[in-house]
Amino acid sequence: MAEIAPQKQTNVPKQPDEEVISPWREAWKGFRRNKLAMVGMGIVLFFILLAIFAGVIAPEGINDQKLSERLQSPSASHWFGTDDFGRDILSRIIYGARISLWVGFFAVLGSAAIGSLLGLIAGYYGRMVDTIISRIFDIMLAFPSILLAIAVVAVLGPSLRNALIAIAIINIPNFGRLVRSRVLSVKQEEYVMAARAVGMRDTRIIFSHVLPNSLAPIIVQGTLAIATAILEAAALSFLGLGAQAPQPEWGKMLADSRQYIIQAPWTVFFPGLAIMLTVLGFNLLGDGLRDALDPKMKK
Amino acid sequence: MEQPVLNVSGLETHFFTDDGEIPAVDSVDFHVNKGEVLGIVGESGSGKSVTSLSIMQLISAPGKVVGGEISYKGENLLLKSEKQMRKIRGNEIGMIFQEPMTSLNPVFKIGNQLVEGIRIHKKWNKKDSWAHAIKFLKLVGLPRAEELMNEYPHQLSGGMRQRVMIAMAMACEPDVLIADEPTTALDVTIQAQILELMKRLNNETNTSIIMITHDLGVVAEMCDRIVVMYSGKIVEQGTTKEIFESPKHPYTIGLIESVPDVRSRKERLYSIPGNVPKPGSIKTGCHFAPRCKFAFDKCFEETPELMDAGQGQLARCWLHEDKEKAALLEKVES
Repeated sequence: MAEIAPQKQTNVPKQPDEEVISPWREAWKGFRRNKLAMVGMGIVLFFILLAIFAGVIAPEGINDQKLSERLQSPSASHWFGTDDFGRDILSRIIYGARISLWVGFFAVLGSAAIGSLLGLIAGYYGRMVDTIISRIFDIMLAFPSILLAIAVVAVLGPSLRNALIAIAIINIPNFGRLVRSRVLSVKQEEYVMAARAVGMRDTRIIFSHVLPNSLAPIIVQGTLAIATAILEAAALSFLGLGAQAPQPEWGKMLADSRQYIIQAPWTVFFPGLAIMLTVLGFNLLGDGLRDALDPKMKK
Repeated sequence: MEQPVLNVSGLETHFFTDDGEIPAVDSVDFHVNKGEVLGIVGESGSGKSVTSLSIMQLISAPGKVVGGEISYKGENLLLKSEKQMRKIRGNEIGMIFQEPMTSLNPVFKIGNQLVEGIRIHKKWNKKDSWAHAIKFLKLVGLPRAEELMNEYPHQLSGGMRQRVMIAMAMACEPDVLIADEPTTALDVTIQAQILELMKRLNNETNTSIIMITHDLGVVAEMCDRIVVMYSGKIVEQGTTKEIFESPKHPYTIGLIESVPDVRSRKERLYSIPGNVPKPGSIKTGCHFAPRCKFAFDKCFEETPELMDAGQGQLARCWLHEDKEKAALLEKVES
């Protein structure tokens, strides 16, 4: 068949030696320039490595009690000091990273998955379905989140796993509302209409067009939510509703040592510092991701 | 005569809003023959886009097709289930949209988007679909087709994206292609290229095209027949030649007069006074009457039907009720 006249050079913006840039790679380029975000990522990576290699790094086991060395101040042999059972606080904090990251990551994974799915359904189908789902979210958000978490744990029974479930549940509406609002705008895009016009079914459109275009805010919200989830897990453990002794959960460590805050302040200082640093790390990372991803993936 | 590929009769699409029921498309009849290019012309808000979405059954709430028949190859599309319609969309009737910049999903490579539609309808494996997609990218005149398959939409210019959209709509070899203002968002030079391409595809593949546009230049160049819409109704219908040589409806006359003509040195461009009325705002009489310089009493009292204005040309205007009044139109033209 006859070929149409070749395009003018001006119509070909791409240089031949330039590699194909995906929108994600473009975002990474912006992210790398953001110093604070890189610091945040460094902190997060540091704690992830701590958690993975806890067994190798930690100088002592989490339950190695030396009653003769109770409440010792930081020294060369115990960098962060010891607690009231003579356990090495540094070792417990290193193992504690495992618990906090595990809770933070899986709680957020759960709430992001369920929340996004509900948000997609509510936003895409609208009308009755939307009203029902959105009102349920409103009801959940009407409670102070920690109170709702306490209620959930009270029903399920106090344990670290149940605290994780409670945190996952209370975070569902945040993701749900975020995704719903994103879907409402993506749904109006012409490529969704074009996808329908080539005969694609709704479920396919939702998962191959609407969801990928809503991923950026989900990732940003997810990172920030991990920070909150870690805080919430620590709070629940502090209240005795999450991790149980002798699990080296940071919040639990704070709770157990608070009576020694005057004689042995290091027993509360270091667990508190660990919580603060991880939360700060995830927050910086999340803010950086937002700056990199949110100003529209397409430029 | 051959049976038309697509026959729309008495189509009514209403929008159910807080202000009540609004007839966006009001008893519209037209047909498209095999291999023909039909133009649907009208200002914004005349219901031309709603008509095309109604054909595809892509009207979503608060809009709804409330009456009429859309028969494609003898089968009424309005009676089809959503599942049956999905087999028709893209496969039997393709569609191109106005905004090439937003009609492609920014997070996917061109290739993936093209292959998607092919795989749905042809049920081919990935490799065959990929090759088929490349063939169509070449058909629409895109250079470096193989490389383009691996590029993202933002790396392409508007004209290139519109070619990709055309390739996407044509990939399953539909019998009817609906083009909703395909060149409006493009530069004039690119516009001409795209129109040329569509004309060529029409000739080579014998695909019928419904060209929806407000641009009379596009229509004059592309279309065999023209339907002029105003405020949800068809006001005039005829061949391109008839309509440009002797328009029979005052609105069409106004439209043609408002096209800038380089040969005549008019001080000011002609424009039809007033705006398209909000659909449903005019209850009695001809919808165009308030803007019409020929309007007389009857025009405000009774709604005209499409009337024969000679040689199969139809016009919705009371002037064609008797010959004397119709002659008024001829005078203005010359």
